[in-house]
Amino acid sequence: MNIPSDLKYTKDHEYVRVENGIGIVGITDYAQSELGDIIYLDITAEVGSEIKKGDSVGSIEAVKTVSEVFSPVTGKLIEVNTSINDNPSVINSDTYGGGWLVKIEISDNSELDSLLDADAYKQLINA
Amino acid sequence: MKRTAFNNIHKNLGAKMVEFAGYEMPVLYDGIISEHKAVRESVGVFDVSHMGEVEIKGKDAYEYVQKLTTNDVSKLSKGKVQYSSMCYKNGGMVDDLLVYHCGDYLMLVINAANIDKDLKWMNENIFGDVQIINIADKTSLLAIQGKNAANVLQRLTDTDLSKIDYYCFEFGKVAGQEVIISRTGYTGEKVCFEIYSCSDIQKSEALWNSIFKAGKEYNIKPVGLGARDTLRLEYAFRLYGNDMDEKTNPLEAGLGWITKLDKGDFNGRDAILKAKSEGLKRKLVGFIVEDKMVARHGQEVYSGDKKVGIVASGALSPVLNKNIGLAFVETGYNEIGKQIEISIRNRKVKAKIVKTPFL
Repeated sequence: MNIPSDLKYTKDHEYVRVENGIGIVGITDYAQSELGDIIYLDITAEVGSEIKKGDSVGSIEAVKTVSEVFSPVTGKLIEVNTSINDNPSVINSDTYGGGWLVKIEISDNSELDSLLDADAYKQLINA
Repeated sequence: MKRTAFNNIHKNLGAKMVEFAGYEMPVLYDGIISEHKAVRESVGVFDVSHMGEVEIKGKDAYEYVQKLTTNDVSKLSKGKVQYSSMCYKNGGMVDDLLVYHCGDYLMLVINAANIDKDLKWMNENIFGDVQIINIADKTSLLAIQGKNAANVLQRLTDTDLSKIDYYCFEFGKVAGQEVIISRTGYTGEKVCFEIYSCSDIQKSEALWNSIFKAGKEYNIKPVGLGARDTLRLEYAFRLYGNDMDEKTNPLEAGLGWITKLDKGDFNGRDAILKAKSEGLKRKLVGFIVEDKMVARHGQEVYSGDKKVGIVASGALSPVLNKNIGLAFVETGYNEIGKQIEISIRNRKVKAKIVKTPFL
């Protein structure tokens, strides 16, 4: 199971990568493998809207099931990875790269401390 | 949780296991879409040993099954299989099933989740000289489906598979084991076999391994319950629990073709006749979602603001790359070509009622 050490994680299996105050959010490798073949990304939160930590930003549709995506951080939604629906399986093949879902301008960096680090996330999923 | 004889094989293959009908079953190995395509393009193997097999023996066996089931058993002869259903007296469906004419006895193949309730119903309705023998635990069942299925199996048997027509079967040997070779399946593939064998673990594993060895050059793949569901839905094959249940009569489920109201009395006939004469209030129809979202079981169907139905089954069709499904829709709103809307996560998504099968 791929759990990069430079990311932060939630108990709901999202990750956030912080670059220059922007949180790049996606689902973990564990989450994509549990979901199986992903066929559609349905982000319902609008670009420009203020998102609170724990808010649902939309859902990911897999063949067998659907799973909501919750924001790991509070801030303004500034971008949705709209190209994903040209090839949704990128979430299965490259979730930490091309499979990112949304970018959020983080309003409170201290929130990041409450997220799981790679070791804690690893424990959570018993990897 | 019960295990089939292939449990260790699934785990060694890295299958994702889930509980289904009290059994630990593989939902997928590589991925639902790749497994689905393996069946459509070449050949796949499913462990469906969780299905229930029941032998009906005795002098009155045929008369009993004729009364128990909705299809016409008198049309069967030895070596033939019939798709059928069982209904309660109120016309609600107990189960759908296959009926095998085995000469002096019959074999019924029923859904795993329904084994206990089916046996209860069968025993409550027993008459005359009839013995009901549950052989589910003694029986392994593998489905080998896809255009190369016969090429694979023929290497393992002296039975001429080209002589077994659709919905026929023969007793024979596969890889040295006494089996039933049945030309049936739940995928819609024309070349399809289901092999009933002994559930001894060693023998079952040997059979599986022989099949995979023989199928190597056809890139034979194990297929889980996930793809079994998407494969059956492309052909609009009904799934008990989704598309039929105790509150559904077979006509509503679109199973009029296995409900022979003129064959004489059978369980549920009076109620079904009454429902028919009053006019069906709803019917199961196929739909295609005109959006990327998948409709799922239980979601509501609308025409404008009026709720007119409910989704029974829904999935992505990997072959069409469209989201397909079956829904119970009220009379007046369920004609082919009609637009409906499905409420998916609080949004109304457009869909169109279409002819089935989808492929």
